[in-house]
Amino acid sequence: MFYREAGDFKTSYEADNQTFPIAFDRYRYWFVLAVAFLVIPFVINDYWANALLVPFLIYAIAAIGLNILTGYCGQVSLGTGGFMAVGAYACYKLMTAFPDINILFHILLAGGITAIVGAAFGLPSLRIKGFYLAVATLAAQFFLVWMFNKVPWFYNNSASGQISAPERTVFNVPVTGPNTEAWAMYLVCLVFVTLSAIIARNMTRGSMGRKWMAIRDMDIAAEIIGVNPLRAKLSAFAISSFFVGISGALFFAVYLGAVEVGEVFGITKSFLVLFMIIIGGLGTIFGAFAGAAFLVCLPVVLKLIGVDLFGWPPDLVAHFQLVIVGLLIMFFLIKEPHGFAQLWRVAKEKLRLWPFPY
Amino acid sequence: MNTPVTELQQDNADGYITADGRKIGSVMMDLRSITLRFGGVIAIQDISFDIRQGEIRAIIGPNGAGKSSMLNVISGFYQPQQGEVWFLGKKRPPLKPYQVARQGIARTFQNIALFEGMTVLDNVMTGRLNHMKTGWIAQSIWLGSANKEERINRQKVEEIIDFLEIQTIRKTPVGRLPYGLKKRVELARALAAEPDLLLLDEPMAGMNVEEKEDMSRFILDANDEYGTTIALIEHDMGVVMDLSDRVVVMDYGRKIGDGTPDEVRNNEEVIAAYLGVPND
Repeated sequence: MFYREAGDFKTSYEADNQTFPIAFDRYRYWFVLAVAFLVIPFVINDYWANALLVPFLIYAIAAIGLNILTGYCGQVSLGTGGFMAVGAYACYKLMTAFPDINILFHILLAGGITAIVGAAFGLPSLRIKGFYLAVATLAAQFFLVWMFNKVPWFYNNSASGQISAPERTVFNVPVTGPNTEAWAMYLVCLVFVTLSAIIARNMTRGSMGRKWMAIRDMDIAAEIIGVNPLRAKLSAFAISSFFVGISGALFFAVYLGAVEVGEVFGITKSFLVLFMIIIGGLGTIFGAFAGAAFLVCLPVVLKLIGVDLFGWPPDLVAHFQLVIVGLLIMFFLIKEPHGFAQLWRVAKEKLRLWPFPY
Repeated sequence: MNTPVTELQQDNADGYITADGRKIGSVMMDLRSITLRFGGVIAIQDISFDIRQGEIRAIIGPNGAGKSSMLNVISGFYQPQQGEVWFLGKKRPPLKPYQVARQGIARTFQNIALFEGMTVLDNVMTGRLNHMKTGWIAQSIWLGSANKEERINRQKVEEIIDFLEIQTIRKTPVGRLPYGLKKRVELARALAAEPDLLLLDEPMAGMNVEEKEDMSRFILDANDEYGTTIALIEHDMGVVMDLSDRVVVMDYGRKIGDGTPDEVRNNEEVIAAYLGVPND
């Protein structure tokens, strides 16, 4: 079981097109899936679920979504937090309006509603690019958060202005509400992450993904080979928002349980997800996972080292985290704009030739 | 020199036989009294010419003559203020570039316009986009039709890759390729669309003799093998005279010559435009 292509002959275009063309990668993929589905649910505890695994999975979905828009289609968006809020509030309204319907459908529907909202806020992208588009999506961010704060209908006129998830079950196991167990939370998120990643990968490997990337790399040339820029950009906004909406719904219903919109889905969330895909790698699905894992783990690891090991005050460590993230973003933007995913790819390319590079 | 549109030009039945014995068919693209202005600047002034089925048609002229503008009119980037574009016997309404592409017109650019972040294979596959019809749901599941369509189009693309001899760089990101190969990949992308009419904007600019010979061979082969009609802009007169069946000469936005390479070569006005007029 060496990391080699030699001897691994492809006899059909399907085989050549597959996601993991190297056998070792395929085994590893199935191994990771098996561990994630068959081992972790049995050993997970509340701390691991709440501090690491569940936020990682949910942010991974959001990062996959934003990566479709920014990494594949080249449209910078700072509205991720706002779109997550749309998913969360749509899920909340659906949960309370139709309590008998399975929560999983609500989450999917919330994604669909977010897709429509996202496509609407994507309309300016037809006229403006780059920084200006980023500012336009920033408007979406602030407008959506403001709207969810101001219109009581969205939070069912609750006195606190918060939304909190009532208990809902899947196969009689509670997955939302205070009685949710760690493994149930984890499994729900894991199922959504797995499906999201597979769907996103499939969409980006085919003609749709090529249209997006063509628009990203050179929109004039894309148009000359027959890509309708309007449809390509809006579909990227819609599909990206679909995933972001699902992650927002999960973040609210499964992970937090109760949400105050300005606090949870503010501009910092937009930047956090954007940093994830920059650090992880623009334009790769793996990058979304790498970035999400990194930014979720970083504060936990720093706390372990700083507070528990060295006994530094927690606020100092928290500031360190900001410094490190800032430095890393600068490093990646200058040295490796394709992020962890590219480092990983280069490492693999080296590994393929190792130990005889000639 | 602007010949008015005669009955003969509208009649699509006739064709001619070239010097090397190829049969040229009826009129495919007919440009009638095209005028294009940018503000006060007249880029193209009342130009008419046609491109026939199976022909290699060259557009030449000194810098700033309006050759690229002409190509941009054909491919839909510019809408002419006056004049009509007839394609395959029908008058073409004002179309967006992507709609023109769907009619079967592909092109390459003077400055390479490839998708730098994608591999050669993906770049050439984008040329097939107009032939790929599966919806987004089928694609997201990647079973059945999406998979099958990908395979069929991949096969087509591999034929083109074979044809242009770029097999070894199939999986290389385009950004890493040298200039000459990029030009070839761009031609591959245009050919992958299986266009009826292929527009080449200076396909040999900046190439050395060997690369030019290769490119000429590919152009002739494409015309021969796929029956693609080709309109090209080129500055290398040797190449133009060897490749093309008929040549349009432009200068300052006007048409100053139109005919076979030999006719054009001996045209007084063309010689004057290229070499200058003696002052006496």
